[in-house]
Amino acid sequence: MSLWRQITRGLRTLANRSSSDQEVSEEVQNFLDEATAEYAARGFSPEEARRAAKIQMGNMTNVKEEVRSYGWENIVETLFADVRYGLRQLRRNPSFTVITILTLALGIGANTAVFSVVNSVLLKPLSYPRSEELVSLHQAAPGAAGLFSVADGLPLSASMYVTYSDHNRAFQSVGVWVSGTANVTGAAEAEQVRTMNVSDGLLDALAVPPILGRMLSSSDQQPGSAATVMLSYGYWQRHFGADRSVLGQKMNVDANLREIVGVMPRGFQVLNADFDLILPLALNRNKQILAGFEYHGVARLKPGVTIAEANADVTRMLPVWMDSWSNGPGVNSHFYEVWKITPALRPLKQEVVGDVGNALWVVMATLGIVMLITCANVANLLLVKTEGRQQELAIRAALGAGWWRIVRALLMESLVLGLFGGVLAIGLAYEGLKLLVALSPNSLPRLSEISLDGRSLAFTLTLSLLSALLFGLIPAFKYAGTRISLVLRSAGRTASASRERHGIRNMLVVTQVALALILLVSAGLMIRTFRSLRTVDPGFAYPEHLQIMRISIPQSLVKEPAQVTRIQNNISDKLAAIPGVTSVGFASEMPMEGLETDWDIIVPEGRPDATDENQPLRMFKHVSPGFIETDGTRLVAGRDLTWTDVYDRRPSVLVSENLARELWGNPSAALGKRFREFSDWREVVGVVEDVRENGVDQKGPTIVYWPPSNVRYVSFVIRSDRTGTSSFLDEVRKAVASVNSELPVTAVRTMQDLYDHSLARTSFALVMLAIAGSMALAIGVIGIYGVVSYTVSQRTREIGIRLALGAQQGAIKRMFVRHALVLSGIGAAIGLTAAFGLMRLMTSLLFGISPRDPLTYFLVPGALLMVAAFASYIPARRAAAVDPANTLRAD
Amino acid sequence: MDEQNTDVIQGTLDMLILKTLSLEPMHGFGIARRIEQISRGVFKVNPGSLLTAFQRLERAGWLDAKWRETDNSRRAKFYKLTRAGRKQLEHETSDWSRRVAAVALLLKAEG
Repeated sequence: MSLWRQITRGLRTLANRSSSDQEVSEEVQNFLDEATAEYAARGFSPEEARRAAKIQMGNMTNVKEEVRSYGWENIVETLFADVRYGLRQLRRNPSFTVITILTLALGIGANTAVFSVVNSVLLKPLSYPRSEELVSLHQAAPGAAGLFSVADGLPLSASMYVTYSDHNRAFQSVGVWVSGTANVTGAAEAEQVRTMNVSDGLLDALAVPPILGRMLSSSDQQPGSAATVMLSYGYWQRHFGADRSVLGQKMNVDANLREIVGVMPRGFQVLNADFDLILPLALNRNKQILAGFEYHGVARLKPGVTIAEANADVTRMLPVWMDSWSNGPGVNSHFYEVWKITPALRPLKQEVVGDVGNALWVVMATLGIVMLITCANVANLLLVKTEGRQQELAIRAALGAGWWRIVRALLMESLVLGLFGGVLAIGLAYEGLKLLVALSPNSLPRLSEISLDGRSLAFTLTLSLLSALLFGLIPAFKYAGTRISLVLRSAGRTASASRERHGIRNMLVVTQVALALILLVSAGLMIRTFRSLRTVDPGFAYPEHLQIMRISIPQSLVKEPAQVTRIQNNISDKLAAIPGVTSVGFASEMPMEGLETDWDIIVPEGRPDATDENQPLRMFKHVSPGFIETDGTRLVAGRDLTWTDVYDRRPSVLVSENLARELWGNPSAALGKRFREFSDWREVVGVVEDVRENGVDQKGPTIVYWPPSNVRYVSFVIRSDRTGTSSFLDEVRKAVASVNSELPVTAVRTMQDLYDHSLARTSFALVMLAIAGSMALAIGVIGIYGVVSYTVSQRTREIGIRLALGAQQGAIKRMFVRHALVLSGIGAAIGLTAAFGLMRLMTSLLFGISPRDPLTYFLVPGALLMVAAFASYIPARRAAAVDPANTLRAD
Repeated sequence: MDEQNTDVIQGTLDMLILKTLSLEPMHGFGIARRIEQISRGVFKVNPGSLLTAFQRLERAGWLDAKWRETDNSRRAKFYKLTRAGRKQLEHETSDWSRRVAAVALLLKAEG
């Protein structure tokens, strides 16, 4: 009730100040009248009565003011007055206002955009219920280095999953998944779809309920049943028009009839994997061996169980796993101890987000620095502007405005600037994010979740207000205490600028230069990293002229294994006949394609020390004759595989150069040498250069290249300068269809796409740092220019006198340029020292150079000083052009 | 008027106003006069403080105000105690008595 009154009365007063003032006056007047009447009644003469009443009353204006100043609305009112005053100030200096607001909008906008990304990708929990309980069953295997990229770790084998599922004490549920493809037939045309093959327990762990029907259950996982399937929301929309009667319908997946039992909700992903169908893995427990490491594991921890405890649990189960399974009779089942498998479970979010977190935080920090530079710059502009208003402020103080009142008025002006900047920034950030999502860098996970939400807007508001305080407080504190005597004494243009007056501004310029230097050094290091990545020979050539695509030949279509290779050979020939095609090949997977790879051990002949037990794993790839040549991979020694090798089932293989060197000393020595895989002997007929299979920044693994035999899923690669054109792709599809019209062609891209993808993280960081660095440089240059030209304008008279006394124009120019160079020099020195310490944080983003790369540390400050000299030269030249007669006469 | 009067004890003005108004609605000067009279001229009310206190008490919901004619046909702002105001007065009175009693005890002990 009383709060309500407070608000309504206050608002009423605000809305109609004059009538409420009127009321106060009337009441005071009435008080006086009554008092007068009272004295009159006591026998005073009218004159005396009025005097006595007035004495009792005191100063009427003071009384009115006292009554009037009660209530919160008075604070609001002066605040409004300050805002109005601030707005008027800003309107009077449109160019200052526009420049400041734009600078702020850029700075705040960039920060808002990146914060939104950080918020959506790193801060928000995954969209699974109680997602903090979810962990990825990540495992390291330092003894099997080179087999998998270190980042991905050792996947699970089916037997591992069964062991973990049966024996764990730490998990509520645990499951494995692997993505794949399948052919759906029976509809108008054969279609290859993306499948998500899940074991029992996976969907239970993720705990997202289907929007229609039921989840796959244990009974769907019976081996050999192959009877059920779930749909993704998108597939359900596209193929069934969101028809709710799909439940119970059958569809033909890889020649098996499966019943549709459920549909998952929109946006449901298994980690980052999109899919069309969920199929039960239906693992047969009785047929599993130790090997077959191809599954990703996910578990939901029991409440209260920590990751360390779960790790200990898995460590306990690893020997159980090796005891329970084998790789065949007579094979030591504890062989895998060599690999030193260690569980390294991590929160599922970390698995989803991957290593992009590093890059994002670096970018966020970078833009934070840009924001600081922006604030320093705006503070500098404000200082100049406020200095011009010193007389006005001094007069206000002299008229009775308190120190706090003046600080508040000045701060209000900054806050208005900050808020305008912030509003504009939201627009910029919104557009920026749209652009970012449209460019959709593959390296950014959870891209579809990125949005400007409440948290981002709160961030923008906070940032606007904080930066307004930061750049507003400096001039406010500096000038709020101005004494009128000081101003009047130094008024006019007679005085030269005192050293002290420039102290803060010089400091701000030094700060700007130092911060800009840090950013430019980091951008420089990224450019150097990018260059050294580009100079790495990836093991293939001219990737922009390599068209690649996946073609799979399911068992339902072609039964006979030998026939599969024939068909693939036919497709190769048809493709090679397309005009403009230089050569064609196919392989089980392309470098950097990110598909699961095969690997196993080989034992070289004539080396008694080499046994099954002590040989490291080698990557196994199946490649067609001509693949090596098409890819542009150099043949170091010997010859390529031939179709005769393939059809005559000769034991010919190729090996990578690093494998040849490791086993036989040098490439040519490897030719004709034999090795054993299980019990079969193979002969090396050629050695090819190393290929960076796992990305440009990771050394190529040791590889054995086998001829293709019964490889149903392959990537075809076509070298042609017509890659990517739609006419070319049409001809390619026709050529494939002419061999078999039911073969779906998928994952059509160029090798360049794969190559760029492997550089995506670096290029993302590079682009962001380059943008931030150029922003910092531009703002810093404006800062230097501003300070020098202001100094020039302040010292015009002094310069006039100097020139009149015979100073050379060159000397005047040098004086100002030297001033700028001293400031930038100090800034650069501070920046260099800071960068030297900070850049160690960037090590994970760098490749091929040290975080203390001398060239960068030499070139960047050099370039910065040159730019600073240039920025100061323009106002310096203006100073030297001063006409002494004019300036001396002007007073 | 007695020159020996003092200002109202800090913090008691609100209570005095409420008490005065509990008898009948009154205008500002009337309240000031009544406080002086009843206290036999010990308390002198500062008009500025009094009028500001009205604002405060009215916003707190303890007083209602209305403009109307006085006995000598002048327009004045009359204040009236609300129900909440009456409750507040009771509260402040008992609070005050407790304090006075406590202070009296202390003084006696000192003596």
